[in-house]
Amino acid sequence: MNTTPIQAGEMPAIASPRSLTLPFDPLLMVAALGLAICSLITLNGATRGLIHGQPHYYTERQAIYFGVGLGLMVALARIDYSRLRELKYGFYAILIGTILLVLVLGRAARGSVRAISLPFFSFQASELGKILLIVFLASVVVDRSRRLSQRETTARVMLLAMGPAMLVIAQPDLGSGMVYVVAALAILFVAGTSWKHFAGLITLGIVALAMILLAAPAAGVNVLKPYQVDRLTAFLNPTSNPAKQGYQQIQSKIAIGSGQKTGRGNDATQTKLNFLPEYQTDFVFAVVGEQYGFVGAALVLSLYALMIWRTLRILTIAKNLFGALIAGGIVAMLMFQVFVNVGMTVGIMPITGVTLPLLSYGGSSVLTTFLALGLLQSIYVQARTSAALKGRVLRF
Amino acid sequence: MMDPLDRHTPLSPQLAIRVATIGGVALILFAIILFRLWYLQVLSGPQYVQLANVNRVRDIPIQAPRGDIVDRAGKPIVSSRQAVAVQITQSQLPKTKAGRADLYTRLGAVIGMKPSAIRTIMHSKVNVPYANVTIKVDAGEAALVTLKENQDQFPSVAVTPVSVRAYPDRELAAQVLGSVGSISPGELKLARFKGVPNNGVVGQAGVEWQYDQFLRGTDGIQRVQVNSAGLPSGKPPHTTLPTAGHELKLSLDLNLEKEGYKALQAGMGLAQSNGTAGNAGAFVALDPRNGQVLAMGSLPSYNPTVYTHPLTPAEQAQLVSADAPLLNRAIDGAYPTGSTFKMITAMTALQDGLRSADAPFVDTGCIKVGRTQQKFCNARNEVLGSLNMTTAIQKSSDLYFFTLGEQANPQGPLIQHWARQFGFGAPTGIDLPGEYAGVIPDASWLARVEAQQVTCLKKYGKRGPSICGYISDPTRTWVTGNNMNFAVGQGDFLATPLQLAVAYSALFADGRVPTPHLGLEIDDNVGRLIQKIDPPAQRTIKFDSANQQVIEDGLHAAAQSPGGTSYDVFGNFPRTVYGKTGTAQHGAQDDQAWYVAYAPDPKRPIVIALTIEKGGFGDQSAAPAVRLMLSQWFGITKKLVAGSSKTL
Repeated sequence: MNTTPIQAGEMPAIASPRSLTLPFDPLLMVAALGLAICSLITLNGATRGLIHGQPHYYTERQAIYFGVGLGLMVALARIDYSRLRELKYGFYAILIGTILLVLVLGRAARGSVRAISLPFFSFQASELGKILLIVFLASVVVDRSRRLSQRETTARVMLLAMGPAMLVIAQPDLGSGMVYVVAALAILFVAGTSWKHFAGLITLGIVALAMILLAAPAAGVNVLKPYQVDRLTAFLNPTSNPAKQGYQQIQSKIAIGSGQKTGRGNDATQTKLNFLPEYQTDFVFAVVGEQYGFVGAALVLSLYALMIWRTLRILTIAKNLFGALIAGGIVAMLMFQVFVNVGMTVGIMPITGVTLPLLSYGGSSVLTTFLALGLLQSIYVQARTSAALKGRVLRF
Repeated sequence: MMDPLDRHTPLSPQLAIRVATIGGVALILFAIILFRLWYLQVLSGPQYVQLANVNRVRDIPIQAPRGDIVDRAGKPIVSSRQAVAVQITQSQLPKTKAGRADLYTRLGAVIGMKPSAIRTIMHSKVNVPYANVTIKVDAGEAALVTLKENQDQFPSVAVTPVSVRAYPDRELAAQVLGSVGSISPGELKLARFKGVPNNGVVGQAGVEWQYDQFLRGTDGIQRVQVNSAGLPSGKPPHTTLPTAGHELKLSLDLNLEKEGYKALQAGMGLAQSNGTAGNAGAFVALDPRNGQVLAMGSLPSYNPTVYTHPLTPAEQAQLVSADAPLLNRAIDGAYPTGSTFKMITAMTALQDGLRSADAPFVDTGCIKVGRTQQKFCNARNEVLGSLNMTTAIQKSSDLYFFTLGEQANPQGPLIQHWARQFGFGAPTGIDLPGEYAGVIPDASWLARVEAQQVTCLKKYGKRGPSICGYISDPTRTWVTGNNMNFAVGQGDFLATPLQLAVAYSALFADGRVPTPHLGLEIDDNVGRLIQKIDPPAQRTIKFDSANQQVIEDGLHAAAQSPGGTSYDVFGNFPRTVYGKTGTAQHGAQDDQAWYVAYAPDPKRPIVIALTIEKGGFGDQSAAPAVRLMLSQWFGITKKLVAGSSKTL
């Protein structure tokens, strides 16, 4: 895309009749800010007693993350995302590099390590990896856009996604690994990969799943850690093991159910008395459900609906395939995280450790989501600019 | 959308379809989540609110102090004291076996118990699931301080104040009073224990069981809000104070009760000095007018204090030993009563016209009966010569009553009828659990038990004799001899000391068969009367007062006229006494000694029945013990007078 020949001096003349337009998509912004405010209100109500003497610890930190995230988003919106294609191998290298670093650190610490500790906060490599992978895969698909009908393209994209996904699952972070795979599938889907290829992938997936869950353990090889299998299967029958994996799900359902129509407010004992584990991160939706009831939960869901709708809209107006593919990857990431996380809290999905975008407490998740939103805004801004230019060209 | 430029964006049909697909999937997923939320929050909401409340609320019971048990004058027999119990909360026990073993070892070291002993208590079948299990009561100040200071090392151990029973008189009336203990899983289901929390303490035997609903009070509850770790948090606890149990006033006279034990011991001592085993016995003292139990006791006994803590193996072994210290022999001893039963046979003879009071009878020492010419004799074949009803009772002639049994047999169960009228063969209805009914043998009874025995022996084959409670030849039938033995309180006849006391009470109360009872009053803890316990007489027997007089004369003569069977014990007693000895035979074993006495008094009449297993002749060991009790009752100087009469 060559935009340089346009005479800059004439731009204000075009822009002036539409002086009301903003340098970003206002509705996507409304959804993001609305969710951020919901997150702060929820955390403020729920986490007062978590750290003794620091009632606003979580709220303050989350607010800082939002501030930084908004800055990142606005900055990213001003960049033409198309130029990121040039950096694709760099992105992939960073993606693999940070994940491997975490794995090595994890080995050294003899346990589960998902984050790299930085001076200010610990950075979760797999979260940022979502964005890096989406941009990288979109670039790869764009490069091969004339060979989309070849099976090799599909296989290559999937393999490029499976690599980091497996590494992340080994961390162990099953949720992020699944996001990688889903994003890759979405990018292929938006690019127009043949349905036959998807049918093949689904078959392969089912076979692989059967191998991992049934055949491999029988042969003595455990691909998934036992607790991951327990988590994945516990939701089918939570009461069979109420002390362990089923516990979180039962407590989460009790929290949400007891919120009834309008919530329990200060009587939200499931949260306040700590019956709900990890409620400020993975189970934050249960806190919303308990404190603000069906009304609050529905409000949050409608903000997500707004966000997903805008993302799909941005996908359709993108000025080029690269933008559409990035938006496709991001919409898959958002949908997957929202439905798996909320589904987990209401007891219809397994516990996979996926955060709820913007609502869950945590810097990595918040910043990653804002980066994704920044990319979307950039696609939006670029689409409008290019359409305006085209419009002017037509007029001439 | 609003932006007019957007409309001009080209969109390939393929992309449009794919975006619509993603949008459609999102729509479906949102719909699923919303329906699920609606179901959880709106449709099932109230149910989850309840679950959330169950989560956060813990009810910690506060044990109500159990009511005291006092004697008829208000003197305490059983009281309660505050103690501290070391308990283990079952729900917080370590989940691994090694973790539990470690806990038992560490706790054992603090409270001075073997880990295996703690494990045994924890594995006991009487533990109610989820309730705290008491490991030790009165663990000592040092141990309690250690536990409290190191609560973090013993998260499953609770140091709880409890109210435990105190028995100032130790073994006195142990079987009558009974014991208290934690409610068992089976008892929780009983209607009588409705409302008792599952770590409640209830009466397990004796009057503690019988009057439990009055004694136990209502436990209080401390309702605490807890967090997920089970630790109190947030709202201050809401406390419902316990209501103390009521006081139970018994009809027992503590002084007579104490003297009863001493007297029984003395009687057993006499028996032992005569060369018989004399190792067990029982006594009952009744007010014949109303059935109030003035004294009741049984030896061997035990100290109920053992039940205030988990039983040690040694204590357990002692309680279930062959001595049967838990058995209240006064209501559960199944005995032939020997000659004390002759009163019933005499009443039958007079009422049913078998023999008149002054019909001459010559006692020749022995007679032979039936085709087999079976020999029936007096003790030591003594020849008592010419007798009438009064002197037959006075001298306790066996032949006189054997022949009455022989005479009655062809006419049917005549003696059996009068025995039943006087209260034998059925529970007396005393306010104690597990009373023995007794056996009145007759032809149909024998046929029934023999048939049962044959069935049982058939069912179990070789093991039969040990399982079926083998009585005798399973093919025997009712013959005259059976009735003759019954007529003198022998043979298959079985009764309790209490039944004997009730029967004699009925005679001296002109036929009113009293319902014996230990409970007198239920009072609240400041002494106000809640309920009076005064059960009506079971029934009134109709008999000719002239006949009553004949029998009473015989009983009086037996005790206080020269030649009477217990004259050497009661001859010089300064009050009127009616008394009958009994010596029940148990095959090759030592005889069982009996004495039953009535002492009239306008204000405080008394009937006493006393027996000593393997105590020899009634006059030798039982009568002297009864004399001691009567002396106590009427404030007469106590003197142990051993009898020498060797009649049955």
